[in-house]
This record gives sequence, structure tokens and C-alpha cells, in this order.
Amino acid sequence: MTHFNFESSIAKFKDQADWMGLRFYREKSHDYFVRNERLESCQTNLDQGIMIEVVVNGHLGYAATSDMTSDGIKQAFLRAKSLSQQAAPFKAAEFSNAQRPPSRGKFQSPYLHRLNTLTTDEIMSVLLKASQTLKRSDSIVSRYAATEVKETQIQYISSSGAQWEQDFQLVTTQFQATAQNAKDIQTRTFGNSLQAGAEILQDPKLFEQCIMTAEEALELLEAENCPTGVMDVLIAPDQMNLQIHESIGHPLELDRILGDERNYAGWSLINQTHFGKLQFGSKLLNVVFDPHQENEFASYGFDDTGNPATYEFLIKDGLLLRGLGSLESQKRLGVPGVANARASSWNRAPIDRMANINLVPGSSSVEEMISSVQYGVLLKSNKSWSIDDYRNKFQFGCEYGQLIENGKLTRAVKNPNYRGKTLEFWNNLKAVGNPKTYETYGSPYCGKGEPSQIIRVGHGSPYCLFSHVEVFGGLS
Amino acid sequence: MMSFDLYNDESRELLKFISEALFQDLHQGESLTVHFRGEDTTYVRWNQSKVRQNTSVLQRNLSFEYHYNGRRLSKSFTAQGVLEWDLITAREMLSEARKEAPLLPVDPFLVEFTNHGTSVSEYRGSLLSGEDLIHQIAVSAQEVDLAGLYAGGSIATGNRNSSGQNHWFANESFFMDFSLYNQQLAAKSCYSGFHWDQNKFNDSLALARRQLEVMNRPRKKLTPGNYRAYLAPSAISEIASMFAWGPLSYRAYKNGANALKKLQDKERKLSPQFSISENFHLGLTPRFNDLGELAPEKMQIIEHGELKQLLVSSRSAKEYGIAGNYASSSEAPRSLEIAAGGLSKSHVLKELGTGLYLSNLHYINWSDLQNARITGMTRYACLWVEDGEIVAPIEDMRFDVSLFDIFGDSLLAITDFQEVDPSVDTYFQRALGGRKLPGMLIKDFNFTL
Repeated sequence: MTHFNFESSIAKFKDQADWMGLRFYREKSHDYFVRNERLESCQTNLDQGIMIEVVVNGHLGYAATSDMTSDGIKQAFLRAKSLSQQAAPFKAAEFSNAQRPPSRGKFQSPYLHRLNTLTTDEIMSVLLKASQTLKRSDSIVSRYAATEVKETQIQYISSSGAQWEQDFQLVTTQFQATAQNAKDIQTRTFGNSLQAGAEILQDPKLFEQCIMTAEEALELLEAENCPTGVMDVLIAPDQMNLQIHESIGHPLELDRILGDERNYAGWSLINQTHFGKLQFGSKLLNVVFDPHQENEFASYGFDDTGNPATYEFLIKDGLLLRGLGSLESQKRLGVPGVANARASSWNRAPIDRMANINLVPGSSSVEEMISSVQYGVLLKSNKSWSIDDYRNKFQFGCEYGQLIENGKLTRAVKNPNYRGKTLEFWNNLKAVGNPKTYETYGSPYCGKGEPSQIIRVGHGSPYCLFSHVEVFGGLS
Repeated sequence: MMSFDLYNDESRELLKFISEALFQDLHQGESLTVHFRGEDTTYVRWNQSKVRQNTSVLQRNLSFEYHYNGRRLSKSFTAQGVLEWDLITAREMLSEARKEAPLLPVDPFLVEFTNHGTSVSEYRGSLLSGEDLIHQIAVSAQEVDLAGLYAGGSIATGNRNSSGQNHWFANESFFMDFSLYNQQLAAKSCYSGFHWDQNKFNDSLALARRQLEVMNRPRKKLTPGNYRAYLAPSAISEIASMFAWGPLSYRAYKNGANALKKLQDKERKLSPQFSISENFHLGLTPRFNDLGELAPEKMQIIEHGELKQLLVSSRSAKEYGIAGNYASSSEAPRSLEIAAGGLSKSHVLKELGTGLYLSNLHYINWSDLQNARITGMTRYACLWVEDGEIVAPIEDMRFDVSLFDIFGDSLLAITDFQEVDPSVDTYFQRALGGRKLPGMLIKDFNFTL
């Protein structure tokens, strides 16, 4: 229950600070989790509150409150103002309302039927059937089927005239089969996070994927470990999304380059002199910030400072052009950025975040890429990720590998891992899949920031072929 | 910021008011546990010893687990702190729960609510006011390049159930988690507690500055391979964070996701020096779990290399027909301690001889879960040591090791001292908890990149 009025709140306090903004956030989520054909949990969460932003003496400060009474908002405003006054003499940068554009407008996720039309019956029926479908044999000892449906509304108003709102319809699904025999345990998963309506859970292909997932888990039980060596790797989009996220997205964040994240997520191998000059990858590498791709998980109209989001090339023909930085970071660093100041909820200040970072398709078919490989491995589905605090030395593990021998896919291999260094790796990109090989994946779990925030991201990519990659498997 | 007393009193009253009203509303066949968690925290983010962002956060969250004739579901909402308004929202959610519950299957592993008693723990601290904290930190750090986060204020959590259980825990505390930089070289520290002492903060700054001086020496580049290594308590803490990802969970064991399965199955062994316990004497987090069950003050999990028990929630106990030990529903450790050994601080470098002194590790994940293999990076003050003398900082290296090796045959010695590593987790809200850990001398620590 809220008794909250935007306009009167702004009117009451706007003369008491150099600038003020107010962001109202309301999110209702439903989580269902079925394990081994039994309901494990069913949760509903209603999260709502207000973030007040003020500029005082050139310093931008924040106060968040779940108390949305008139007095609660007043107390939050006074906290934001008071602490910001104390901080202003020690501010890291000079800001004004120029970093909070007076944008107006609306954004709406695409949908046929709103998520709140889904009933508990409908969701449970899908999850239970999925769990049953995953049980292809008694060796599938564990089956998971889970979904989260979330409706998020953000409204923003400022003393300089901003007034915008966004309505997100967000769906995450996760399905998993774990197979076990006397020798080994292997897991296969699939799922996605998208902006979509209730119709997304009615896709009949979901159960076909359950069958394939379970079959591949069983196949891996009998598979050999992935071989060790330096070889070509063909990476599927459901692993490419992690590769893009960790080794392109994060190092390009301007707040990392500025050092804001040094004590937590880390710094970056990129600095401001690299933009426009550094050959980040091979000529085949084209990467964009695309906030408008239909159904992609982190599409939006405005970032959380009201900066209108536009499509931008980050890397073109392998050349690094632009970073992932908000108006605040662009002012501090003096390089071009994007509209990506985002907050995980009402109780966090916006910071530079990835949104939809996509690798632009090329011209190769999967068959052409496979036929060009003498000896290598196809890698699918991330299961492990680790990268250093400069986003340079990485090691990623996948659920499923398949050898490529003499231009043909041959047997499955288990526990495939690969490691490398970011710039060497992307400069060894030797083929990029065509649009038919392109898939989009989302994740709700990108963590960063002090205080910390988990936020949604999206990554689209075709299949991509890399040479000279260090590959290895598990212990026998 | 509110005073601790005001925030604590208002929050406790909110939980009492809402839970008692809902309990009175319950019908035949219904039962309920109501939880509260909240904070009144000042967060100040620092970069180059300047304030990057200051955020004051006042939040309260109420949630309840609802049981109806063997069915179970949960609801939660952000409370405003206005009793009458929050009760309206709570009753709306209870009404939703009543409509949904009959549509759900009966839960065969339902743990019915019982009265696990009453407890109240409240710890008032003495923190800096907003004006003082920014000024004092900024002035103390003005000659260095400091990045980090100050977080301080009140945290509270509690639960009540319709069988009469009533637990409450609140404290007023802070941490200043920071690192100092000289170009790209850094040293890490964290000052935390209940009573801010400017001299202690200055001491921790001075210690980090001394570490940073060592980092000024030319960096040594290592080639991949096995190295003798000393892992300081903060590095061990990073590895111990993996114990929250299934290795101590009975449910994970049954579902194929427990990296120490081979220890449970007696296929692999750990060193007789290695012992892990869940130790609530540390006072970092309440003993009561999400069901209000009180875990033992101290419970041995691994003793002298042998697995004594895994963490078993009451739900797992029911599902698998074994005895539970009041673990949380996640079956992750809440107050983990690794036992000390016999290596004194003054002998660490001498016993290391030639090898690596690793102060911190970073971004650890499984590289082969079934064999308990982990990978991660060195970070901050990691040093090359020759004949017991610190020679140079190293360029960051990637490691890939098995827990069965580093806590097994490769474990040479454990320090006779331990350090408390408080949780500095601030996702959603400032967390309670932490770990108590010693340093360890490892024979073969494998670097790969």
C-alpha cells in the first residue's frame, strides 16, 4: 500500500537542493522451483521503495527509503542532502543536472499477455511436465525445473523536468538434468532470461529441449574427458554469451577504468587511450550496445539517470571505439560512452552496467566452420567462470564438448575447459557465424558495485570459431 | 540516520505487530512463520580517497512462510514501517496465499513449525556520525590512493511463528573495506567492528601502506608450474568461500553437486591437520536459522581430515530420512572456522623458504567439481620469497588446484593464529556473518597461466 505523490514530493523539496530527482521502483516477482517432480518452493516478493538523488555543491548523493509516507520521503531527502553536504568538499567529481537529462517518455517490454495473467496452475503444470520429461532414465538422479516471472515498474521525476517510466515483463527459466553412474556425475542445463509475456511458457519446444538435455547428460556419463592441448574451438552462443560478458563487457566499463571498482570487482586492462586505437580483436569482431533488441533481457528506453538509450558500436572491425559508461563516467574520463547508468533496485545508486552487449553476426555457416577445423572441439553451455581483476586471464568451463576431427563433428567429451588472455583470444577469432546461427541469452545475475548490486544483462551472439586456444578436461 | 535504539525498537515492534495480527487471522489447518530483516545503513564509496557515492539506505522487509494442510508457500514485501499500512499489505498477501495454496501439491517434506524458543540479542555500537565519518576517513587517507566502501549502521533480523517461537537479533556495526594503490599495485585491508576507533583505523591504513611499499619493487614474472606457497588467512578465506557452494551440504551430496563427495564416500582423504567447524561463539551471526531452529554453539564438520557430518537442514532430514543438525535451508555454513595449527607468525617466512606469499585470491570457481578442483587468481600483495626473505611482488597468476590436494597431502602446516574475516557482502542489504581462519603452508600450489 502506498500513499505517494511524485509531483508534490518534488515541489516540496526542489528549492532546498541544487537539483533533485526521485526514482520509484516497484517489482513483483513469482518464483517456482520443482525438483524431482515435487514442488520445492513457491515464493512471491513485492519489492518497492524510493531513491532520492540530490546535487549539493556539485556533489551527487543518494538516500533510499522503503518508508513512502510524506515524513519518510522528507527524512530521506534530509539524509541525502545532509550527507552530501558533508561529502561535497571531498567529492570525486563535479556533477550537475547535466548528468540527469530532462527526458520524457515511456518504455514497455513486448508481450502478448502480461505476466500477471499466468496462474499458479499454468506454471506448475509446465514445470512438473518438464521435470517428468527430464527423467529419461533412472540414471537421471536429479531434475530441476524453475521459473521466475517478474514485473518491474520504474517511474522517475526530477526538478529539471525529467518525467519517464518503464514497464518490464521479465521471465527466467532454468532446467537441469544430473546423470549419475558408478563412475561419474554429469549435468546438463538449459534456460534463458528474456523480456516477454505469459506466452513464453507455452512454447512446445521446451519439452523437446528437456529430452535433449537429459540425453546429453547421459551421453556425457560415458564420454571421455576433453583432451588437453592448443587447438581450434567452435563456441556455441550459450557459451559465447559468457565470453562476451566477462572479457568484453566488464573491461569496457568506464567506472572500472576510472578505478571505482578497484576494491571489489576490479580494474581493467583497457584505459582511456585505447579508444579509437586498440585492435581489440580480429577484423571479424563487431560488438554493439543494443538496448532495443526485441525480447532481449536488458532492453530499455532510458538508463536510470534518464539518458535515452541508443544503439552504438563498441568494437568495429576489431577496433575498440567506445566504452560502457554513463554521462557521469563520460564527463570524468572524456571518452564516449552509452546510456548504461543502472541500479539494481530502489535501494542502490546507478553505476555503469552492461545491458545488451551483442556480437554482430558474420557470414559463416556452422557447417563451414566445422569443415575448416582439422582438430578442435565444439563447446556448449557455461558451467564455470573465472577471470582476473583486470579482465585479462580467464578460464571458463563448459558442460558439453564435442570433438571436431578432420572437418567433422565426432564424439562427445566431458568437462571441457579453456583458458586464455582477453586480447590474444579475441584476435584469434577466425570465423563468425551467420545470422541463422545467432541466439540471444540473458542472465539476471551480474554482480558488481559497492554497495553491491545484481542486475540483468543480455548477450546475443552467433557461433564463433577461434584458433590457438588452450583446452583441457577433468581428471580421469 | 536513526539511532540504533529507535530503529531496533520500531523494527521489533513491526515484526511483533504484524505477526500477532496475522496469527490471530489464521484458520484451521493454517500455520505461519513471519520473518523480518532490515537495515539503516550509511554507505560511502571511495575512489582516490574521495567520495564517489554516498547512499543512505533505510529498508525493512517482512516475509512469511505459510502452511496449509501440508502445503507450503512464501510471500515477502518491503515494509514501510507504518504499522497499519504494512498490516494491510500483509493481509493482502495472506489472502493471496490462501487462494494459491490449495492449487499446490502436498509437500511430503514439509517441516512443521514448532516453538524453538525465544531469544533476544541486541548489540549497540558507537559509530561515527555522517559528518565525522567522511571527514575523518578523507583526512586520514589524503596522502594515499584509497578505494573502498564504508558501511555502517543498524542491522536487524528476527522471526516469530504461530507456535510461539520468537527470535530477534540486531546490531550496530560498521566495516571499512579498502585497498591502497600505487599505480597498478595494491594492498588490501578491512577495519570492522562495533565501536569506531580512529587510532585503529589509522593503524590498519598504516599497515596497508607498509605492504604497499613492498609492492614498489620490480615485479617478478612466474612461469606456470607448482610452487611452495603460504596462503595468508585472507587468501584461505577466499577458498573457504567455496564451502558455501555445496561441499558441506547433504542435499548437494544427494544431488550430485557436492565437491567433497569423495570425502564422504571415503575415496579421498584430507590432512589430519585439517578441521572445520561451524562455530557460533564467533558472535558474527545469530544461531537461529530461517526456521528459527537453534544450531549447536559449535559443531565439528571435518575433524583431523575426516568428515564428521555434513550440514543437514530439517527439510533434508525429512526427505532423506537422516538426522538434521539445524543447518539453514541452503545448507551453507553460517559461521565457519578452520582450526589453527602450530606454525607461528614469526616462522612463516622461514618455513616457506623459497616460494610464494599469497595475501589474497580472487574470483574462484570450480574447474572440475567432482574432483574438487578450483581455479582462481592471485590478487593484491602476492610476493616472491627466497630463503625466507621477501624479494618482489609477482605478476598475477591463475591457479588450478584440488581441495583434496591443498587440504590433503600438500598441506604442510597451519598457523597457530587465526583471523576473523567479517562478511562485507552488501547485495540486497548489508550481511551478517563471517569466517575465522588460519594461514596455511602448501607444498605444491599449481599455477597454469
